[in-house]
Amino acid sequence: MSLYYYLVVGITLGLYSLLSLSLNIITGYAGQPTLGHAAFFGIGAYTSALLTTRAGLNFWLALPLSFLTAALVGWVVGLASLRVKEDFLAITTMGINFVVVSFFLYSPYFGGALGLGNIPAPALFGFSFDKTAYFGLVAVVTTAVILFSRFLEKTWMGLAFRALRDDEEAALANGIKVQAFKLWAFVLGTGLAGLTGSLYAHHITFISAGDFGFPLSITVLAMAVFGGLGTVEGALAGALILGLAPEVFRFLADYRMLVYGGLLVVMMLFKPSGLLGRTELKINLFRRLPARRRG
Amino acid sequence: MILQQLVNGLIIGSIYALIALGLTMIYGVLRILHVAHAGIYALGAYAGLVAYGLSQSFLLALLAAMVVAGAAGFGIQRYIYRPLFGTPPLVPLIASIGLFIFMEDLYRLIFGPNIIPLNAVWPSFALQWRGVKVTETQLVILLVTGLLLAVVWFFTEKTRLGLAWKAVAQDLEIAQAMGVNANLAVASNVVLGSVLAAAAGVLVAANYNEVYPTMGSVPAYKMLAIVVLGGLGNPVGTVLAGLLIGLVETLVVAYLGYKLPRDAIAFLALILVLMLKPQGLFARKGVG
Repeated sequence: MSLYYYLVVGITLGLYSLLSLSLNIITGYAGQPTLGHAAFFGIGAYTSALLTTRAGLNFWLALPLSFLTAALVGWVVGLASLRVKEDFLAITTMGINFVVVSFFLYSPYFGGALGLGNIPAPALFGFSFDKTAYFGLVAVVTTAVILFSRFLEKTWMGLAFRALRDDEEAALANGIKVQAFKLWAFVLGTGLAGLTGSLYAHHITFISAGDFGFPLSITVLAMAVFGGLGTVEGALAGALILGLAPEVFRFLADYRMLVYGGLLVVMMLFKPSGLLGRTELKINLFRRLPARRRG
Repeated sequence: MILQQLVNGLIIGSIYALIALGLTMIYGVLRILHVAHAGIYALGAYAGLVAYGLSQSFLLALLAAMVVAGAAGFGIQRYIYRPLFGTPPLVPLIASIGLFIFMEDLYRLIFGPNIIPLNAVWPSFALQWRGVKVTETQLVILLVTGLLLAVVWFFTEKTRLGLAWKAVAQDLEIAQAMGVNANLAVASNVVLGSVLAAAAGVLVAANYNEVYPTMGSVPAYKMLAIVVLGGLGNPVGTVLAGLLIGLVETLVVAYLGYKLPRDAIAFLALILVLMLKPQGLFARKGVG
């Protein structure tokens, strides 16, 4: 195996980690289910691709702009989370994934079924990024997001997220602006997914609508859940283990989805808090359930 | 022309209603978004395919599919959903999605990734009235769907079992305390829901003459949208929402073409409705 292969696998793992960490902010910290994370990844990728190929912007401007675009759409979806909860929110976000993908697929401006190609690699001071440099870039961004997540856990906002996840009504009763913090969770999480999308687009240089479908949303959710929702280590472990599995178990390639699906079921049955998850998460949600059933 | 589109839309809609009804019944009692329901639907189609190949009888194929799917539904609720009772909603949801992925891949490994034709033949007749044509397959669909909807109505409204479903849906513990056999109620509910999905699977397979591993994918998501539109857990609303989506889709495709992708319509409608009326179009008061 060549160095090139290891670099590409490394970049892929970095991108999975970023997606898993960004989902962790919405679903892990703030407890809002989202089944449409791939849509925001796609919005970031398309924004960055269009800005660099059509508008001639350079990568370093397109990267933050794809964060902002995805975050803006995420804010709108966050508004939905103020109206609907839990199962309803899960289905709504899933629907948004389908609508966004068909939007990309059916409008000619986004390249339609052909997708967008010739997305340039980033360049800095006349030096065009090869895969080694790109791996470095992804590693730097991933480290930054890990540090940001850690920082977030310690802030007032992180505390508010946790309160709203564990018991929304109690949080509200204690004067936490639940609505504002839900929106913040969506803005931060989807924005980071958009940023990851930009990194993906300039790595792969060709994108099409199919790359951002519902199966990817499930894959990312599975990673975060498998590792353990609500923790940085969990999100990372899930992304690394499930991301690396197809490479290591090449001989199992034909059974990949079978193993994947089976793994999710077994994990939920025996350790729903994930490999490295905090058990208190489970217990807290446990207690809330009787009230919900009577609803 | 418009009449023909209305008929086509209603027939598609009645199949949607059939699948979604099972899903909404299961949600009503278990409070679990049973994504793997679409896996049962595909299972029904495959079971029907095998049984039809063996017996060359459509009726037997339909019955075999229902039996197999009912058994699978029983297994799922017994060994996956019941142990997950009392966990946060995300846990059974992910388990269900995992199960669905597992089932789809299992069908691919057993039957291969390609489309298999069902080739059901029946006495050839078609109703024609003022240029509106209803094919024999469509007639069978209407007949079977109508019959099954009547059966579900009978069970929920006229039997003690239906009463038990309602009691468990309202409050599992209290229902148990009042002597309702909750395990039986849950099991029978899931089995009946699965039977409906299997029937829909065979009907769709006969109508389009194809069975393939991922045939449940689009229904899986569309059914969730329809179930929410109908007010989660509300059977009548779900049937209405199914018919409505079938009609709207057919009319949009007929008159606007594919500018708006067919499979996104249900979700666009869903997002709009949820924003304006979060409990669905046909929500009962005080439920949800």
